[in-house]
Amino acid sequence: MSGSKLEIDKVGRIFPGAKDREPTVALMPTSLSINANDFITILGPSGCGKSTLLRIVAGLDLQNQGEVRLDGRPVAGPGRDRGMVFQSYTLFPWLTVEQNIAFGLKERGVAETERARIVSSYVDKVGLRGFERHWPKQLSGGMQQRTAIARALANDPEILLLDEPFGALDNQTRALMQELLLGIWERERKTVLFVTHDIEEAIFLASRVLVMTARPGKIKTDLAVDLPYPRTYKIKTTPAFIALKERLTEDIRSEAIKADAH
Amino acid sequence: MFRPLEPISNKARILLGLGFFAAFVALWSWATFGGYVSRTFLADPLTMIEEGRLLLFKFNFLYDIGMTIWRVVGGFVLAAIVAVPLGIVMGAFKPIEALFEPFVSFARYLPASAFIPLLILWAGIGETQKLLVIFIGSFFQLVLMVAVSVGNTRRDLVEAAYTLGSSDQAIVRRVLLPANSPEIAEILRLVLGWAWTYVIVAELIGSSSGIGHMIVDSQALLNTGQIIFGIIVIGLIGLVSDFLFKAVNRALFPWRFA
Repeated sequence: MSGSKLEIDKVGRIFPGAKDREPTVALMPTSLSINANDFITILGPSGCGKSTLLRIVAGLDLQNQGEVRLDGRPVAGPGRDRGMVFQSYTLFPWLTVEQNIAFGLKERGVAETERARIVSSYVDKVGLRGFERHWPKQLSGGMQQRTAIARALANDPEILLLDEPFGALDNQTRALMQELLLGIWERERKTVLFVTHDIEEAIFLASRVLVMTARPGKIKTDLAVDLPYPRTYKIKTTPAFIALKERLTEDIRSEAIKADAH
Repeated sequence: MFRPLEPISNKARILLGLGFFAAFVALWSWATFGGYVSRTFLADPLTMIEEGRLLLFKFNFLYDIGMTIWRVVGGFVLAAIVAVPLGIVMGAFKPIEALFEPFVSFARYLPASAFIPLLILWAGIGETQKLLVIFIGSFFQLVLMVAVSVGNTRRDLVEAAYTLGSSDQAIVRRVLLPANSPEIAEILRLVLGWAWTYVIVAELIGSSSGIGHMIVDSQALLNTGQIIFGIIVIGLIGLVSDFLFKAVNRALFPWRFA
């Protein structure tokens, strides 16, 4: 498949066991091909290896086997072509909102006027006008994650990786953040890989949902989401959405039961 | 009233803090003026102040204070110039840590004051010897504490920087350094306090100037008023330097106090 943006080729991860302990298979060899402009959500019970897979793609964790290729080139270590938003708040606390967003641009040596222009446009896109000079400490959780998304996008990555970025937010904020992220994606058409354990979130955001099995993780279901764009929160109550939700709930439920039995 | 962790008003905090100072002086006055303690062993507060006035205006005590401050700051700055960068690279790079950490951990327990006789043999009783005592006393502590602080840098911040395209060198410069600067400043403040102990000990043993030298001289003359005045001056200088450090930290690291 030459048209794919990201190629995950039989990637597996085994964590060595501590003394006298069996090694843990976190991720069974998994293959996956992601097209440019896809919004993929990976859904799975906790501990299923979905975050491990994402970290391997980011280059923050090493696979024991297989290969990840971005635009045909094998991934070796982290790099600016794969932007990442973490579940924990990872803004640099000593930098203001705009300095955080500018971090990657500065690293690349983008000229100051150009930098200011890009930062300013992302401040608007994530709705943080008026907060450019605030320290992360002064922001709410939702604002911090919006800044983190802006920081990753300002760097213009080939693919955006998100590891349960809204997991720590309250329900209302989370719903708003989903709409914000989807809105940005609808306009900019980035390739996105989004890990979550929230079924509704997975369907609402995705053009394609992947369900992972309980540990050792592998992909169980691969489902295209053909809901129309632009999507708003209202879509969550349509029959098509509910049908998808029902189907994925069944899938996840059986895995959660298995995971719990371990 | 005594609910755990319940905050108190600023006014109450200041009153209570000053109150204890007052109680301390009151107890001292009661013991000395009341005649419960021999004047030979403990001067009363008024005598202490009078002795202090004599020291300052007749015996040029300001020169001694200046000498002591110079020694502490000199030895401490020399130690910090080498120790802080070494601590940072130890915290950042594990092979370097593995190389130095065991030795530094050992050397940190060597009491600086025990080196004084040796240092007198090596460097005489001049200023070099005083600076060396402070250096030895603060260097190993600084290295270790800075290394631990840098080594404990939040991993997710380092990872975030990598995904934004930072090189290994940029991680040190743009993440490890700024992330740990406030902590390093705090370590400097703490160790400077310890350096004060070492300088006085060094001056007690072999010196012709400085606060410690004055204290030994006063002991020979049984002048407890001067001794106490000297000790209080040390305490006041410590208080002032602490205050300055905190003010500078607030100015340098606004993101911490926002």
